[in-house]
Amino acid sequence: MTPRVLVVDDDTALAEMIGIVLRGEGITPSFCADGAGALAAFREAKPDLVLLDLMLPGVDGIEVCRRIRAESDVPIVMLTARSDTSDVVAGLESGADDYVPKPFKPKELVARVRARLRRREDEVPETLRAGDLVIDVAGHAVSRGEQQIALTPLEFDLLAALARKPWQVFTREVLLEQVWGYRHQADTRLVNVHVQRLRSKIEHDPEHPEVVLTVRGVGYRAGAVKGDDAAAPSAPQGGAGTVDAG
Amino acid sequence: MPGRVGRRLRAAGAGAAQRWRRSLQVRVVGLTVALSTLTMAVVGGFLADAIGERLFEARRDQAFAEAAAGAQAFQERLDQADVPTAVELRQFVADNREQLGSVGGDGAAGYLLLRVPASEASVTVNGSLSAGLTPGLLSDPLREAVRDRPTQQAAPVALPRGEGTVPALAVGQRVDLALAGQYELYFVIDLSREQSTLDAVQRVLVVGGLLLVLLLGGVVSVVTRLVVRPVREAAAAAARMSAGDLDQRVDVRGEDDLAALGRTFNEMAASLQRQITRLADLSRLQQRFVSDVSHELRTPLTTMRMAGEVLHEARGDLEPAASRSAELLLAQLDRFEALLADLLEMSRFDAGAAALDAEPVDLRALVARVVEHAEPVAAAQSVPVLVTVPPEPVTAEAEARRVERVLRNLVFNAVEHAEGRPVEVELAADGTTVAVLVRDHGIGLRPEDAERVFDRFWRADPARARTTGGSGLGLAISTEDAVLHGGRLEVVGQLGLGAAFRLLLPRTPEAELGPSPLPMPADLAPAAPPDDPSAPSVLVEGLPGVVLVPSAAGSPGAWGDAGTEAAADAIATASLPVVQPPAGRRG
Repeated sequence: MTPRVLVVDDDTALAEMIGIVLRGEGITPSFCADGAGALAAFREAKPDLVLLDLMLPGVDGIEVCRRIRAESDVPIVMLTARSDTSDVVAGLESGADDYVPKPFKPKELVARVRARLRRREDEVPETLRAGDLVIDVAGHAVSRGEQQIALTPLEFDLLAALARKPWQVFTREVLLEQVWGYRHQADTRLVNVHVQRLRSKIEHDPEHPEVVLTVRGVGYRAGAVKGDDAAAPSAPQGGAGTVDAG
Repeated sequence: MPGRVGRRLRAAGAGAAQRWRRSLQVRVVGLTVALSTLTMAVVGGFLADAIGERLFEARRDQAFAEAAAGAQAFQERLDQADVPTAVELRQFVADNREQLGSVGGDGAAGYLLLRVPASEASVTVNGSLSAGLTPGLLSDPLREAVRDRPTQQAAPVALPRGEGTVPALAVGQRVDLALAGQYELYFVIDLSREQSTLDAVQRVLVVGGLLLVLLLGGVVSVVTRLVVRPVREAAAAAARMSAGDLDQRVDVRGEDDLAALGRTFNEMAASLQRQITRLADLSRLQQRFVSDVSHELRTPLTTMRMAGEVLHEARGDLEPAASRSAELLLAQLDRFEALLADLLEMSRFDAGAAALDAEPVDLRALVARVVEHAEPVAAAQSVPVLVTVPPEPVTAEAEARRVERVLRNLVFNAVEHAEGRPVEVELAADGTTVAVLVRDHGIGLRPEDAERVFDRFWRADPARARTTGGSGLGLAISTEDAVLHGGRLEVVGQLGLGAAFRLLLPRTPEAELGPSPLPMPADLAPAAPPDDPSAPSVLVEGLPGVVLVPSAAGSPGAWGDAGTEAAADAIATASLPVVQPPAGRRG
């Protein structure tokens, strides 16, 4: 089954070109040219991913992003001509998982789309713990005691990456590579914004996080495991080149 | 205690001197008081003198006349009296005492009848002077004059009265006392009444003069205050305006000259404000325009870019001309994109919207990354890149993205112009400053061009074709990046010997930039220092020809995007297939 991508862009030439490139990669595109119709197009197409231009006539991209996010966890990648802080952060905070600044190369776009479409088919059944949370990797579920916590796939990947190696401090660059699939330098604001969003969902007090901890000047790591059965599952050993948290 | 008083006096003196210098009012009042005091002293002195003169002159004439009459009456009585013996003569003198003593009317203070010291007469007459008078009162010159001349002589004397003395006039003449021979007869006239009149006149003059001076000072003070206050207000308003508050105006009252000054000032301020606001709007508009154009170009560029890439992928299926066209199209699209990115970055610097996002960075890592990135290009042109870094970490508070961008620019630039000879990259640091030197041994550049390589779109030889990638803004952006860190970018070069670029960064953006821990290569230093004093070059460590880049403003705002990283990528990849003719220097 080929992945489906909804392209929301008012520039029809660019949308068509994106469609050509995506079809060349074996992805089925569908299109919507304005913000007002985006939600209807989304419901109809049921895409696996949305490519969303930030500047749209009518309802702007940020509002479209917020509405889609309100009813779906589907990955959203923004296309933006302005890469100034406020625009990008506003987009990410409205729920986008990633963004691609214009002008982009086709390979770059495809890499971003592929990274978000990738499902961990090779995931072994695995249960991770971070703070007082239990993370079921295969089931993509996070729970605190009896309570289930809903996370987007990206937020889940971020939490799982941290929890899988609780002894390691992850720099933002390493997280960008592991979670977002960036190979080269990229925008560390992605990490900052998503860590904040993740914290707002999983922490008791996002101002004083206990699950995703900031290591000043370095990056992030998972909080110590808490709870009645703290002796539980040791995490699998990580790869080489990791930084020791000690 | 005296020390403290002295200090106070000195402080008061300094304060007064400062007020004198600073305040027009104090100066005008001071000068007025001083000059009018002088005038009053001169006029008053003259008046007192003239009045005194008149007063005494009249009294003297009167005294002369009375003395002459008294003496003549005495002489006549003596001539008519029969005084054949000394006893009778003495009796005659004693009988005339009262008459002699009353000569001079109201001012009569007495008389003295003195024997001429050299007289050879055998008879002397004693006791012939009024009470309270002694011959010592009379000055010797007066007595000599009376003895030597037949006319009346006069001189002022100090008449003892109580504790002190009062002024008086002694008028003397000779009389012939028959048997006793020549005698000197002096009448003393008391002048204290005239003196007290004169004193009263002088007091009136002094007091009146002082009052007049004070009055003048007060009037001038009030008048100058009236004039100076609007001037001071205008000065204060001008000062606030130059500090940036363009809304400053002064109050205008009335229609006099000062009101005209105020009105003109306000008109000038309004006109300035209009001009400045208009220019600021224009500048903002222009920067906004550049930014908008750059952004608006991005969407079509993205489409073109993707189309170009698709064509490029499929070029194997195209005929040779179309295939090459696809290659050219993609390469030039890359260049176009790099140019656009640089243009946007430059407009961000121009708008003062570039902000430093500094954190501690090990520059060795940056150098390694840049050199690694440059390796494929260097290898393609058979240019060895030799790196010298210290064994210990070289940390500085800097924005890695910007510093890496500068280094990429320098290294790619050096590789591009190295002509197959080695490129040396050296990193060094001391307590305050970090230096990176990038040296090539290629075609080099003329020393007089050294200061221009940082100009936007500058090329050493405009006649040469623009064939290599790069936007022409790389070094200009690098300069801005260096300045944003509080550092600077310098270059020396010699034709045929190569060029050396040196980036100097302070350890922290707030710190002062120290002397460079790395000297410029000695063989690139020009033989003679440039003579042009207007050239923005500064000699560093005795090395002539080192160019300090004039600083540009960088102020907080949004942070930039990839900028010339894209340009560097473009040089690294896109330009390679296109390079055929000799490259323009330092494009």
